[in-house]
Parts: sequence; structure tokens; C-alpha cells
Amino acid sequence: MFEIRIHSRGGQGGVTAARLLAMAALHDGKYATACPFYGAERRGAPIVSFVRIDDRPIKIYSRIRQPDMVVVLDTSVMDTVDVLHGLKKGGRIIINSAGKREFPGFECRNVDLTGIALRKNLVVAGSPILNTPVIGALAKMGIITADSAKKAIREMFSDERNVNAADAAYKEMSA
Amino acid sequence: MKKIATGNKAVAEAVKQATPGVVAAYPITPQTEIVEQIAEFVSGGLMPTRYIAVESEHSAMAACIGASITGVRTFTATSSHGLLYMHEMTNWAAGARLPIVMANVNRSLGPGWNIWAEHTDALQERDTGWLQIYVSTVQETYDAILMAFRIAEHNDVLLPVMVNLDGFLLSHIMQPVDTVELGDFIPAIYLPHAIDPKHPAGYGPLTGPDQHFKFRWEIERSMRDSVKVIEQTEKEFAERFGRKYGFTEDYRCDDADVIVIALGTLGKEAEVAVDILRNEGVKAGSMRIRWLRPFPKLELKGKDVVVIDRDYSFGFGGIVANEIKAKTGISLYSVIAGIGGQEVTYDDIAGFVRTRRMGEEFWFGVNTHV
Repeated sequence: MFEIRIHSRGGQGGVTAARLLAMAALHDGKYATACPFYGAERRGAPIVSFVRIDDRPIKIYSRIRQPDMVVVLDTSVMDTVDVLHGLKKGGRIIINSAGKREFPGFECRNVDLTGIALRKNLVVAGSPILNTPVIGALAKMGIITADSAKKAIREMFSDERNVNAADAAYKEMSA
Repeated sequence: MKKIATGNKAVAEAVKQATPGVVAAYPITPQTEIVEQIAEFVSGGLMPTRYIAVESEHSAMAACIGASITGVRTFTATSSHGLLYMHEMTNWAAGARLPIVMANVNRSLGPGWNIWAEHTDALQERDTGWLQIYVSTVQETYDAILMAFRIAEHNDVLLPVMVNLDGFLLSHIMQPVDTVELGDFIPAIYLPHAIDPKHPAGYGPLTGPDQHFKFRWEIERSMRDSVKVIEQTEKEFAERFGRKYGFTEDYRCDDADVIVIALGTLGKEAEVAVDILRNEGVKAGSMRIRWLRPFPKLELKGKDVVVIDRDYSFGFGGIVANEIKAKTGISLYSVIAGIGGQEVTYDDIAGFVRTRRMGEEFWFGVNTHV
């Protein structure tokens, strides 16, 4: 089983990213569950979503305690939240950042999802959309296939800019 | 067709396919997504249904009763305080022999204010004459709603059915769900005692001391008859759509020395705990109770039984544990865990089994042992 924890702020699309990831995994012929942890959060508050992907049906409902991967859609949550908490040794991190970041003991890749969203004019109510670009980054990491990523995005969004943004993230993510 | 859906969306999708004539409902967290989705289906012309937006849950059930007595298929959904606000009307629905189907998203009761999963809401309704089922996956939620209409409306039953799904844990989780081509799986509704709205007439509702007990017995007789209707319905569902269910879901129970019993998502997570215990050489099994009313026949003699209650009856004990004790006469280990959405992991469940003390009660997270 592969377990992913997504950190974001309410309204940034972390929950939708989790859903898209689960949909793409399903297209890959796998089982997946996605669940946000619902607290008393409001728009703008730090939130976490969990995605589990496996070859067998998933029976777990409790929160992910030791993720294989952490996705940080908004680096400002790191001021108050320990995004590395429980991350497995050598675990992977995808971080929405224009600059390279280092976390000793972990494998960190950065990609400027916000920049991509602004460039592709993926902005809703003044906020750049991060949930579709990040799916491209996850495909690059081999969590899902690129074909399934695109299929999932097109199922949920008719605007092709979402697929273009995912493509851009796929190409631009750091090594 | 396989897709990813939440438990709430799966309820709405199944209700859409069952095409009730009337849905009357009031939104409440964490059920809201169900009624929003159904309202969207109705307003978008995807359901030939009259959606009645009411001012309270008491009115929601009253409207369902009014619609159902004309012989029309009816559905509602609620949670927690909403369910208990209906309580007078839930008794009426069963007493009037109306096959209303309701989704209840299990949520704790305040105060303190808490919107997370607990079963005490539905368990406070267990003496009303409603059939009750507790589900554990998005797929099972969808399937149970479809079967609930057929079971409720079967003329050997004619009692309302409550489908219970855990708040957030199941109502908001996204899992794969395979939807079906329903065909004629749910036959057209026929209510033998329906009132014709074109020629409206009721019958004397006063039943004296020489009659009332007969009506109550009729409820119980139908509750007993519902056992075979449930079995037949689940059998035909399996034949048509390939998914098999029963009164309980038994996992590695055959040669088990110790059996974990729970409702809902805890009962599914318990299977992971069982695998861990088996690897340690403990002969563990899991028995997830699905139908609580009618109460299933349980074969537990000679086993150590650990019951996890996500509920409580103050001054008495865990409700499910005590129902099992009353029906089987066994001694068991009663664990109170998951109250108000308290996090309970498969490791915690394995721990309950390892440290079990038969005949005792244990509140998870509380240091005092009773």
C-alpha cells in the first residue's frame, strides 16, 4: 500500500487533488481511497487529505500515520504544521515552490505549481488552482500514469487548461 | 460502471436509480451532501421526484409519512440531532406500516458540540420498529440503499428501513463504487392500505386496549418475516450484480478463538487487526454486524468475544455488547471506543484483543478500568 498525505489550506484544492489522484489510480486498475480529515477548519486554515493506493481493496479508515509521500501545496502551512511528521525514512516530498528545498533523509522534489497556474490562467476567485497541476507532478513521480492522470482530470473538468497545467508540472518538476 | 464517489454521493446515486416519488429532507452535517445531490438531480430533471424542502426533521418525516400513505415510494436522510428530532414521527412511520427508506449518517450527540462519527443516534431509535443496517464501504452503502427499498416495500415487511453510514469516515471518504443497471430489481411499489388522494378517506385511528397489542404484534411478526425477505433480497442481488452480503460479515471466523465484533467502518478496519493478530499466531476473527434490526442469530459459544461499541447507554453499558449478551448469554470483553469520532486504528483494535479481560468493560483513552 502506498500512502500519501496532502497539506494545503482550505479552498486551495487539496481535497480535489486527493479525489483526482484516487480516480487516476482507479484508471490504472488499482484500488484507492481518498479522505480529507475534517476538523473545524475554515477557508484558509491548514488542512490535510489522505490518499491510499493498493492492489487490493483498502479496509483502513483511520488516518495515515506513516506516509510514504507528503505533498505540500502551500509552504506557509509549514510555519505551524510539521509536514514531515511520521514520513517514512527516505520518504518522498513534493513541494509547491519555485526554489529547490532540502530535507535531510528524504527525497524532495519542487515544482512551481502556483506559477504554472498563473501562467495558464487557472485562477478562480483570485486563487491559483493547484489541484490539477499537482496531478501532473504525481504522474512524473510514477504514483499514477500520465494517461490516467489526464483521463481523471478530463472527467472532472471540461476546461483543457487543467490538462495543460498538469502537463507543464510533469515537464517542469525538478529532478 | 466503476467510479470514485463518497458515501453520501453513493446514497444519492442509489436513490436516483430507485426513483422515489417523494423526497422530503432537511440538511444537517455530515448528511448535507446527500440532500444537496438529490435536490440537484431533481432540479436538473434527472429524477421524476417531488422534492419537499421542509423546515425541520420532524416535518421531513411527517411529509414522508403523508406521501408514503398514498402508496408512493419515499426517501429521506438525516443525522444525529436531526434523527432524534424525528423520533415521534419515526415511531409513527413504523406503526403506520410505511416502507420509508432513510439514510442516517451516524454522528455523535451534543453537547459538547461534535459532528463526528458515533452510533448512539441510531441506537436510540432501535425500539421504533425500523429495520436497521450498518454499512462499511461506499459500495456497500450504494448496494444497501437499493436493497432497502425492495425489503421495506415487500408486502411481508411493510416497515421502514434505516441505512446507517459513519459520519465523515464513510460519508465523506472517496472509494471506488460500481453502479448497476437496476432493471426490475426493485418492483413497483404496492401499498395494500394506501389512501387514494382522489377519494381521500382514512380509517378510525383509535385502537383500544383490546386491539392495540395486535397491531404491535403485527409489527413484530413482520420484523421476524423480514429475515427471509432480507435473505432472498441479498441472494438475488448477488445473483444479479455479483456482490454477496449477509446479516453479518464474517472474516476468518471459522477456526477463530477470539472474535472482534463492531458496526460500520470499525468493523471493516477490524479485519486489518485480525490479519496482524493472525501473523502473531493469535487465532482471531472479525464479525461485523450489518443488520441490527432484525437482530441476527450469532454463533459465539466457546469463543472469546471482544465487542467494540461506538455508543453508550449511561448507567448500563455498551449497547451492542449488551444486546449480544442478552441474546447469546455469553460473557464478553466490552470496549467503548470511537465516541464522537475518537480515532481508533487497526493497531488499537489488535491491542484490545491482546489485552482483553473477559467479563469487563474498558473505555479506550480513559485510564480507569471498571
